[in-house]
Amino acid sequence: MRPRRIVSDFKVTARGYLRNSAAIFFSLIFPVILIGIFGLIFSSSGSLPTLYVLNADHNSAASRQFLATLNATHAVSVSLVNGETPQGFSDYLQSQQYSAGLVIPAGFGTAYAAHDPVQLPLYVNPGDQATSGAAEAAVGSAVTAFNLHAANGSLIVSAAMSEIGGRTYTYVDYLVPGLIGFSILTSPMFAMTEVTATYRKEGLFRQLSLTPLTRAEWLTSKIMWYTALTLAAAAIMISMGYFLLGARFIISWEILPFLLLGPFLFVSLGMLSGSIAKTPETAAIVGNIITFPMMFLAGTFFPVSSFPPFLQTIAHLLPLYYVIDGLSAVMLFGNNVRALVDLVVVLVIAIVIFIGAVLAFRWREE
Amino acid sequence: MAGNAIEVSGLTKAYGPLRAVDGIEFTVPAGQVFAFLGPNGAGKTTTTEILEGLRNRTSGNVRVLGLDPWKEGDELHRRIGVIPQEFKFFEKIHPREAIDYYGDLFDRPVDPESLLKRVYLLDKADSKFDTLSGGQKQKLGLALSLVNNPEVCFLDEPTTGLDPQARRAIWEVIRQLKADGRTVFLTTHYLEEAQLLADQVAIIHHGRIIVRGTPGEIVASRGRPDRLRFESGPELARYLAAHLPFAVTSEDGHVDVEIATPADAQRVFDTMSTSGLGTPRFTVQRDSLEEIFVRAVGQMDDGLLKSEGGA
Ligand SMILES: Nc1ncnc2c1ncn2[C@@H]1O[C@H](COP(=O)(O)OP(=O)(O)OP(=O)(O)O)[C@@H](O)[C@H]1O
Ligand SMILES: [Mg+2]
Repeated sequence: MRPRRIVSDFKVTARGYLRNSAAIFFSLIFPVILIGIFGLIFSSSGSLPTLYVLNADHNSAASRQFLATLNATHAVSVSLVNGETPQGFSDYLQSQQYSAGLVIPAGFGTAYAAHDPVQLPLYVNPGDQATSGAAEAAVGSAVTAFNLHAANGSLIVSAAMSEIGGRTYTYVDYLVPGLIGFSILTSPMFAMTEVTATYRKEGLFRQLSLTPLTRAEWLTSKIMWYTALTLAAAAIMISMGYFLLGARFIISWEILPFLLLGPFLFVSLGMLSGSIAKTPETAAIVGNIITFPMMFLAGTFFPVSSFPPFLQTIAHLLPLYYVIDGLSAVMLFGNNVRALVDLVVVLVIAIVIFIGAVLAFRWREE
Repeated sequence: MAGNAIEVSGLTKAYGPLRAVDGIEFTVPAGQVFAFLGPNGAGKTTTTEILEGLRNRTSGNVRVLGLDPWKEGDELHRRIGVIPQEFKFFEKIHPREAIDYYGDLFDRPVDPESLLKRVYLLDKADSKFDTLSGGQKQKLGLALSLVNNPEVCFLDEPTTGLDPQARRAIWEVIRQLKADGRTVFLTTHYLEEAQLLADQVAIIHHGRIIVRGTPGEIVASRGRPDRLRFESGPELARYLAAHLPFAVTSEDGHVDVEIATPADAQRVFDTMSTSGLGTPRFTVQRDSLEEIFVRAVGQMDDGLLKSEGGA
């Protein structure tokens, strides 16, 4: 292993890559677009589910007080609906595809002041668990507060609710580690599969075999390059998630081992799939067969815990799952023990695949 | 510069039932230019790549600089320069960078400017490889093969696809390589090139060497005698045939008289002047390597010429 040769090959690789606009697009720009699209879809109006409220009792102080209480729960964001009637509200919600709506009936203020029982119709879409659950919780706690106040009571028993991990997670929080995993997977896999197969077909490996560059040096420089690319992509995605989408996560050095081992694993896997295929065309197919399941099932776009059980089982067979799980463990939960387990799994898989790739990879043929 | 740079004996390479190389034998003394000729599919590239250590042989003995190319490739590759028949390289690299890259790989100081100038590629020093023309790519291949200051250069059709000026530039490079004391193993389809550059020539056909020697020897032993050619008709032919002991033929408005020495030529001209048939324009015809090549290959295909095998 001569550093001069590795560095020189690294420079050549980097220049070649940077001069290839398609490669740059897929490795750096595409993940940014993905994060933007997914972020926008799943975090419309901040990160809280929206509760649509028809206030048919506008002018009463009590109705305004109730709205303020709802807002104070921080479980939903309240959006007022005007120009609808309480009778048509359910149809209205359906036509707009809104998942949760509440009606404050006319006379609410008077009834409340008179201590007359009054009902607030709450409409939820059971298909959207997240929104309807949040709406029920928010309305429930506002109603309780009002009842206590009317009875001049104060809260005696209360649950101090917080979500697992100590904070509330939103979809974009999950999205960032998932998409970092996506880019750790896709840019080396697609590029290395193609490069390995085409270089062999075009005789470039034979050309290189005529120089003192060794296979290990060549592979090292590729791993270095895709690691650099991964670090850049991760930095872009983390800052995009943080500044544009308001995602929150822990940034600590424990992320690094995954950003180093991930590319190591997938550069090797790409080289392996490019080496076992006879032609660049079959290499592309082999590469896709390996890449696509991982792209969707390893927790890239959605947390694996939200999958049906049999898909979860499949996810646990995919190397990328452990990269993403480890990244989430560090970035979301600060669970370094779990991350360490994931890291060991990734390391073992990476070493096995690396050895397989070096064995399958030939500079020259008989 | 003593000894042989390349030694080959009993070399065969089989692809299934096809014997692409079928028992060939030759040596190339250090410092010489060896030209390997043969029609398409004759086995030139196969042989060349076996010598370079890029392909394994089926049987036979091969030494390049005293090394077994397949087993001792790593050491050999530091000492030889290679341009493959179709040189391909990284799509996006610039020639200047490619030369620096090779300099780093071989751990040698290089001057891309002078190297590129030498192969007439300086104007494309900073263009992407995939935008170069076929000939320009080939020139870069040649430049790269020289980076490690090789003792033996293997050039597989280095001038195919080059324009006449570039071809002459490459010839100049090859002459320079020889002047530096390097050994050159050259394959080519241009017989003229072999005749101009090579100390030794071998013609291979169907995996066997059918003709070997210096260009001069080959022309002398295989070529037809020199001919005086007159632009004249059968009348002159009949007159000369009647008055001279030389073979005379008449065809397409010209008359050929086979001669061996300048004195023979003198006799032809003397006889002409007494013929009263005037003094037509004349040229001297001599077989080139090309004609010998075409005839040798044609005869072998007709089953007329028995192969010399490795001899
Ligand atoms: N990898 C291979 N597998 C099978 N047959 C091969 C292989 N390489 C070469 N051959 C066959 O071996 C024979 C010699 O090929 P080779 O490339 O050595 O010819 P060549 O003399 O260099 O021809 P050209 O002038 O066209 O370059 C051909 O018949 C070719 O089809
Ligand atoms: Mg050839």
